[in-house]
Amino acid sequence: MKIVLEHITKRYPNRDKKRGGEVVAVDDFHLTIPDGKLIGLLGPSGCGKSTTLNMICGLESPTEGHIYFGEEDVTDLSPELRGVGMVFQSYALYPHMTVRQNIMFPLENRKKDERLPKEEMLRKAEEAARLVQIENLLDRKPSEMSGGQQQRVAIARALVKEPRVLLLDEPLSNLDARLRLSTREEIRRIQRETGITTVFVTHDQEEAMSISDEIVVMEAGIIRQKGHPQDIYDEPANLFVAKFLGTPPINVFEARAEAGRVYIGDACVMRAPDVADGPLTVGVRPEGFVPCADGPLACELVAVERMGRDTSIVARHRAHERGQIRTIVGSDVRFDATADEVRFSFKPAKTHLFDAATGERIHADATPVTGNGAAHA
Amino acid sequence: MPSRSLKGWLYLIPAIAFLGVFVVYPLFDVFVYSFEEGYNSASQTFYGTGIYNYSYVLRDPYFMQALKNTFILVIVTVPLSTAIALLISVALSSIKKLQELFQTVYFLPYVTNTLAVGLVFMILFQKTPYTEGFVNQLIHLFGGPSVDFIDGPYWAKMTVMCIYTIWIVMPFKILVLTSALASVNPDYYKAAKVDGANEWRIFTRITLPVISPMIFYLIITGFIGAFKAYSDVVAIFGTNLNSAGMNTIVGYVYDMLYGNGGGYPSYASAAALILFAIVLTITTINLLVRRKGVSA
Repeated sequence: MKIVLEHITKRYPNRDKKRGGEVVAVDDFHLTIPDGKLIGLLGPSGCGKSTTLNMICGLESPTEGHIYFGEEDVTDLSPELRGVGMVFQSYALYPHMTVRQNIMFPLENRKKDERLPKEEMLRKAEEAARLVQIENLLDRKPSEMSGGQQQRVAIARALVKEPRVLLLDEPLSNLDARLRLSTREEIRRIQRETGITTVFVTHDQEEAMSISDEIVVMEAGIIRQKGHPQDIYDEPANLFVAKFLGTPPINVFEARAEAGRVYIGDACVMRAPDVADGPLTVGVRPEGFVPCADGPLACELVAVERMGRDTSIVARHRAHERGQIRTIVGSDVRFDATADEVRFSFKPAKTHLFDAATGERIHADATPVTGNGAAHA
Repeated sequence: MPSRSLKGWLYLIPAIAFLGVFVVYPLFDVFVYSFEEGYNSASQTFYGTGIYNYSYVLRDPYFMQALKNTFILVIVTVPLSTAIALLISVALSSIKKLQELFQTVYFLPYVTNTLAVGLVFMILFQKTPYTEGFVNQLIHLFGGPSVDFIDGPYWAKMTVMCIYTIWIVMPFKILVLTSALASVNPDYYKAAKVDGANEWRIFTRITLPVISPMIFYLIITGFIGAFKAYSDVVAIFGTNLNSAGMNTIVGYVYDMLYGNGGGYPSYASAAALILFAIVLTITTINLLVRRKGVSA
């Protein structure tokens, strides 16, 4: 089922009545979700991603705009008529019911003439349980299960009524790290097997990147970028997206452009002939640093952390946003780990230029400078 | 470990000592008195042991009347007050405006003195040579005959008693139930809504089961409270309850100890133990039913 969110805006009255006015949770949100895809809504808390999910679900209605499932306008349709399955962050399993009763609940709610015979409901509940691999736990109560198992029950309950759309609100945030890895693969598998268009909300970029067909990065109710996870990582549209994606995070330097060259401090790090003179922000992914003896950027070496597969070099530079650079280089890269200073050059594909004021990406041809950058200054 | 458990016992001593002196020992004492015939607390004498006290109490028409009154009170007021409190609590939690105001209003009876409330009820229901009373005026309005609720027929007095009891126990139940309702995870309601459950199904299949431990708690404490009714009756019908035919078991115990025909601690003890046995039985049945309900 294709979902179209057409210029959706959600405004709430301000909670602080004295100040009055309204809070815009979602601002002119326009998105088409292709049929059968897994889409991740990603953003920091308060960015409006859960509100968006609730509007797709029907628990909240947009102040402006329309929502379409396929060709059908569902904007004013209540949730139970939309054919959506929702998995809540708290799972919201009814504690007094067994797993079987929980999964059957949506089927039992159907009106008399639409209700299936009892055996059929039981069969469907078992089928849903099998899909999420909890068929041996059907007689347990939610309190007798682990977080991961409860999660599966919640997914089974959402799937049992064969929804057109599956919605997951922070599906992994209540699980421990190890379970998170296996559960996200599980969600991916279930989505592939059922082919249901799925939207999930998360604040964890790794989670979103690892399983989504497409991710939508949100900030303050606005879509900052959408696309294939790798594309967004490789070509961030703005500084917010660049900073939000990737662990360790991108390294951000204050810089300036002068006569077609980019300077960090006194060091000329890039040649960028098309960039206008003025202040700039340079973002370099941790894997975009190349330690070399004649690299342009001289940094104070703080620590070298060897992790087997790769090595993390922690260095200090005054122009860096947090003062401390964290890089990741292959463990085969040779450099003097005992020196006080380390020099880097940048890989152009991992280095992005941003407007210092707006944070928007500056697309320009940039070539790395080799040799001592300071000499050019 | 031994020193740690020793320390634990040390901390428990004050509570154990007080409970022992003021609860366990008297309980034991009452048990003994109930089997001592003609026990005199002044001279500390008695002239025989046996179950005569019990057979006397159980054959005393005043006790039987008190037993009947208490049972009617319990059977009528506990379910009714719990049901009405649930209704009010659900209504309260579904409104947004003025919710706190209403909560305060509903809680007022709790902080009002029992005797003061009794006085107000008496004024509302009483019929004197000078006035018909507010309730009778209402009955007249709807074309009914006036009834003397305070000195009139038994059913009229019982009605007043039940209304009064329900009214006085309501605030606490509303308080407990509104907080129970507020503590239900709102995601349950959202999930149920997405899954197509209508309001009634949400209430019966989710809200009620989730808050059922609280409802059960209210029913048990309600039973116990209603079985111990006494001051409420006095507040409306005065202390001469036997002649009004409105005595309760606790009232009977009190009368046996200090009333007009007082000075019979043995009968009082026997009556008190009968009450204890009744409350124990009913609470046990409640617990058993509850346990069965949970496992089902």
